[in-house]
Amino acid sequence: MTQFLAMGGYAAYVWTAYGITLLVLVLNVAAARRSHRGALRRARELAGRETSRKQATVRQLR
Amino acid sequence: MRLPRWFHLLGSPPFVYRLASKLNPWICGVGCLLLAVGGYWALAIAPPDYQQGEVYRIIYIHPQTAYVGTMAYVVMAVAAGIGFVWRIKLAHAVAVSTAPIGASFTFCALITGSIWGRPTWGTFWAWGDPRIMFETLLLFLFLGYLMLRAAFDDRDKADRVSAILAVVGVVNVPIIHYSVIWWNTLHQGPTLFAEGGPAMTNDMLVPFLIMFAGFTFFFYWLLLTRLQAEIVERERGSRWIQELVAGAGA
Repeated sequence: MTQFLAMGGYAAYVWTAYGITLLVLVLNVAAARRSHRGALRRARELAGRETSRKQATVRQLR
Repeated sequence: MRLPRWFHLLGSPPFVYRLASKLNPWICGVGCLLLAVGGYWALAIAPPDYQQGEVYRIIYIHPQTAYVGTMAYVVMAVAAGIGFVWRIKLAHAVAVSTAPIGASFTFCALITGSIWGRPTWGTFWAWGDPRIMFETLLLFLFLGYLMLRAAFDDRDKADRVSAILAVVGVVNVPIIHYSVIWWNTLHQGPTLFAEGGPAMTNDMLVPFLIMFAGFTFFFYWLLLTRLQAEIVERERGSRWIQELVAGAGA
């Protein structure tokens, strides 16, 4: 195991390269999911505004 | 000319959104599985290189991320071109969704290449090396595309103007590919498409190819997720989106 982690003396290079790549993948997933959730939330807020606007009009008409 | 039905369906945002919802768990599963298997194989099973020793193991992530970056650019340019010519909004949405992913993979390729360069070439960075310079240009093309879009308030205008940049910039892709053949650079030549077949034995070639497939699936998973976000953003006020968010238990 220690031998595996040592990477023949190149541990700093190999593990840094793999670590950064993994980080880029993870951040990509987080960013993509966040924008999807954000877009859905904004669409929901718009729906909420439309409904309250309609309700206000109905109240005025009464 | 009458176009086939699937062509119209692929231009329809609700159809594509639902298709992405159905496909995405599978694409994600296959991508993650391939990356896990390929990553383990690359680090723990594949034999060390007879010249470079263990540090060569960066070959299982560096060319793959570089490939996904350039492939992403081609996807972006083709989508932007289709959007520009046939005025298909969904195509522009694909182009916008691709840009940040392509930029991040290109960044990753540059960083892993730099880390690999230190022990093998004796330097992190080589100004004037054509492969490195054109790969850096690729990163700036992605970033330039996003910055150009940000300069417009009007989305249709941003779509049309940025599409021109995306399409013109595609000439960089073959230059990157052939740079190691056209110029005598510090960067090593092609491994997979080397003259006389792949310059690797099977115990290295198999994980090498698994990682290519894994990163490619992962890219399309990210692309479809971002495309879904972009579709919802663009169609926010439409009836089907309102039904979608109402149905999801708002």
